[in-house]
Order: sequence, then structure tokens, then C-alpha cells
Amino acid sequence: MAAIVHPDRNFKYWLISPAIFLLLLIGLFPLIFSLVVSFMRVTMLETDTSFAGFVNFVQLFRDGRLWQSLAHTVLIMVVALPIELLLGLAMAYLFLDRMPGRQILVSLLMLPTIISPIVAGATWRLLLDNRYGPINQIIGWFAGHPVPALWTVNPTLVYPAIIFCEIWQWTPFMFLILLAALSNVDRSLTEAAEIDGARFWRSFRYVVLPAIFPVMSVAILIRGLDLFRIFDIIWALTTGGPGTMTETISVYTYVQGFKQFETSYTAAIAFLVIALLTVVVTWAIRRMGLAK
Amino acid sequence: MGYQAHGAGKMTGVPFHRRAETKLALRYLTALLLVVIFVFPIYWLFAISFKTPGEIFAFPPVWYPKSIQFNNYAVLFKDGDAKTVGNSLVLASVSTFFAMIFGTAAAYSLARFKTGGENLAVWIISQRMMPPVAIAFPIFLLYVWLGWVDTYIGLIILYTAFGLPYVIWMMRGYIEDIPLELEESALIDGCSRWEVLWKVVFPMARSGLFATAVFTFVFSWNDFLFALVLTRTEVITYTVQVTHYFGGQSNFWSKIAAMSVLGTIPVFITVATLQRYLVRGISMGAVKG
Repeated sequence: MAAIVHPDRNFKYWLISPAIFLLLLIGLFPLIFSLVVSFMRVTMLETDTSFAGFVNFVQLFRDGRLWQSLAHTVLIMVVALPIELLLGLAMAYLFLDRMPGRQILVSLLMLPTIISPIVAGATWRLLLDNRYGPINQIIGWFAGHPVPALWTVNPTLVYPAIIFCEIWQWTPFMFLILLAALSNVDRSLTEAAEIDGARFWRSFRYVVLPAIFPVMSVAILIRGLDLFRIFDIIWALTTGGPGTMTETISVYTYVQGFKQFETSYTAAIAFLVIALLTVVVTWAIRRMGLAK
Repeated sequence: MGYQAHGAGKMTGVPFHRRAETKLALRYLTALLLVVIFVFPIYWLFAISFKTPGEIFAFPPVWYPKSIQFNNYAVLFKDGDAKTVGNSLVLASVSTFFAMIFGTAAAYSLARFKTGGENLAVWIISQRMMPPVAIAFPIFLLYVWLGWVDTYIGLIILYTAFGLPYVIWMMRGYIEDIPLELEESALIDGCSRWEVLWKVVFPMARSGLFATAVFTFVFSWNDFLFALVLTRTEVITYTVQVTHYFGGQSNFWSKIAAMSVLGTIPVFITVATLQRYLVRGISMGAVKG
């Protein structure tokens, strides 16, 4: 009906406008809102909407807890991401050739990636329980005596706990993507190189890596951004504790907004995060030619 | 066997052939070990959900329930907690439906008319990368003002919008794969633009629509943060419900496990039935599979 009233010229705008409207609502509105409110002094108790200048942004630089949470986020990212990538790549090589029941095994490996991160966190909380969890039990077998490690409480063990869970859930994601990418590499180019180690590395470096690089970089980008906003796993495992030791940037923003009710200050943090990511992401997307 | 030897083995005869078999056996054992390691946590979750309290809190841990009993699930249904899975189902299905309609339409516009050029495409994709927590706070205040907190409509609109960039990105790729000639001949035959969309594009992109819908559904289904912020009592999703069982000292283990399994089974079933589309979907179209 609309096509009769509006000729072809407007058709493309009719198609895209509902999507654009919704994206503006959740994409642009929070950005503008955060910018405006961050120049005020609003908390849940006080609604002072007069212009307050840059106090909130100055506060950002003085806020040690904010920069610590950023450091925690980066720490998890720089440890987990390379492990996920290398382990995923090694696993992709392992499953590249035919073997009995390959399809079923690959499907089973997919399971961790499709469950909710909050369930992944909950599952690891049960696994890592100091007394009734199986992990301490298994470690105890190797150690020869019971090991009552408090994984989610002990400051030296919380990061390993979080990173184990993270790696368990997302290595299969890397694995699946890299397996698909490796399957597309022409085998005749690499077969001769599989006989000995030295030739294997050379063919990997000069034939395989360039071929899978575009796909690999998309996977790294997706996982990197997911790790930057990591929230669910932390929430289920430690809720940022002990103290604020495992507070990531997402957890800290949540606490400021919904526990401390610092409306204006949270808006300033949100704006900082959105602005920072928009610049990085837009650059990466253009650089990688993803829009095409 | 079905294994393709690496050329060398065939030429030099038995010893190398045997080496290839040993290699396969080693590879196979490693593969099995990895699968066991990665599947064990999920097994443990399912096992706990069937255990009796005595088995859950046994030391040393009991590795499998002596008998399958459904009491842990029955409790969830009796207390009404299981309805949170229903909430997740409504929110994820309805938002997936709208995201697919609006997203596919937008993708068609981008793919065939280059609406807005590359800048618009980049902006849409970059929306996918936004950290939810930065958006959650302003949206929460907006929803308080609109009276949308703890309502279906509030979360459905949010999930629809959050699914859109993914749908647009994926569907644009699938639509570009459809030969343009088909659409042109339909136009010459007197079809309107809308009819072309309905009668040519949708049927041709059917498998793509399916795969994209599955992932959009899973993203909404798995969401925790928005549900945590924007629900109170009425439309709590199962992910939020799971965290309600965490306590300072005593966790309700049986409830955590049973609720997690209830919320995981629908996703496993959906994904199992649509397995062959998965790789392209999971990598956001990076690998054309």
C-alpha cells in the first residue's frame, strides 16, 4: 500500500526507518543523555540540574577505584584472550582432519559457548566450591592430600578462577571460527609441510596465517570487546570481591549507578566508556573493511 | 581406515603407515580428553540437578546421582520460580520476531540501495559493540520516566534494538548472495517492491533468516545485565532468578543447578536442530560457511 502512495524513491527509507529509530533510541539517546547529565550534580537523593561544569570529569581522573577497575578488565583481557586464541587454534588443528565421530565431538565442544554466561559463572561456582566441588577433589588426588582452596575468596586464586571460567566458555568460540577458517585453506599448499616441524612453521607463517588472518582478526575483535565489557561471569563468581579486587569497569559502573545512586557521575563514566569504545571500534571496523 | 595418510606413509610402506595410525590414535585420545574436560562442567551442573541434598553435600563429592529424581525441579515449579523461564521465552521470542522483521528490511535497504552509504553501515555495526552497562543506566532512567521498568514492552523494545545490528549485519550478507536478476524479473512481471520482498527475497534467504533468528534468540535469552536492571518482580528472567539463589554462606545448590538446566535446555534443543547453520552465525558472517 505504501508503495502505491510513495514511489520507489522512498521505498528504501520506509524499509530502514524502524530499525534506525530503535537504534537511535538505544544508541544515541544514552550517549546524549549521559553527556548532558554528566555536567550536572544529580544523585538519587538530589536533583540539582544546574550546570556544574567539569566536576564529574575531573572526578574521573581522581577516582582510583575507576582506574583500578579498568586495570582489572585489561588484566583479564590480556591473559584470557591470547590463551583462548592459541588454545582454540591448536584445537582447530587437532580437529581439522577426519577422525571417528568428529562431527559429534565438535558439537559437544560447542556447548559451553551457547549457555548463558551467568550459568557458566554459576556452574564454576559449584565446581570450585572448597569442600563439595570436584575441582579441589581432583587437585587433591594429585597433591596426595585434601586441598581446601577457597577459589572465589582467596585473593591469589580469584583471578585464576575467573580466567578458567572465561577460557572454558569462550575457547570453543575461537575454536569453531578457526576450524572453519582452516578448513577453507587449500590443503595442497600445506600438506607437504606437515611432515616435519620446521616446514610446518614456515608454511603456517607464510601460507596458513595470511589465509586465516581476516577471520582471526574479526574473532579477536569480537572477543576483545566482549572481554572489555565482562560482567556476568564476575557477577556470578565473585560479585567484584573480595573487596573490590575483581571489580571490572562494567561492575564498577553498575555499582556507581545502581548501588551508590551517583546519577551524574555514572553518566560521566558511561560517556567516557562509550566515547572511548566508539573511537576504537569505528577505527577497527574501517581498518578491517568490515563494513564491506 | 577412513583416515587420509599424509602422502609420505603410503610411499614408504608399513612402518610409516603404522606411524600414521599411531598419530591418529594420539590425536583421537587428545581430542576425547579435551571434549571430556570441556563437557565435564555441564555434566556436573546436570548431575547436581538430579542429586538429593545428601548427595550434593557429600564429602568427598559424589560423581553421579545414585538415582534420577526430579524433586529439585518439582520445587521450582511449586514455588512458581519456573515461570521465569516462561518470561525469558516470551521476551526472547517476541524480540527476535521484531528484530528479524525490522532488521531484514533494513538489511535489504542497505544491500540493494546502499542507503546511507558506508557510514551508516559502520555506525550500525558499531552499535553491536556498545557495553550494555553504559547503555543500561540512561535507559533505566528513561524507563522509570516512561513507567516501563518491570514490563514486557520495555525489555522487548530493548532486546529488539540490541538484536538489530547483528540481524542487519548477517542478513545483508545473505541478501547480497541472492541473484539480482530474480528480483528484476519479478519487478518486470508487475510485482510491487513489497511483493518482491515477500515473494522473492524472504524465500530465497530462508536458511539465513533461520540461522540469524536462532542467534538473535540466544543473545536475548542469555542476557543478564538488562534484566537485572530493568526487572523487579513481574518479568524476571531465568538468568536473574539463578542469581537469587546465591547467598553469603549457604547457596541453594539444588535450585541453582535445576534452574540453570531449565534455562539451558531450550537453547541446546534450538541449537541442536539448526546445527549446520551455526558456524557462519557464531562468527557474525566472518566465515562464509
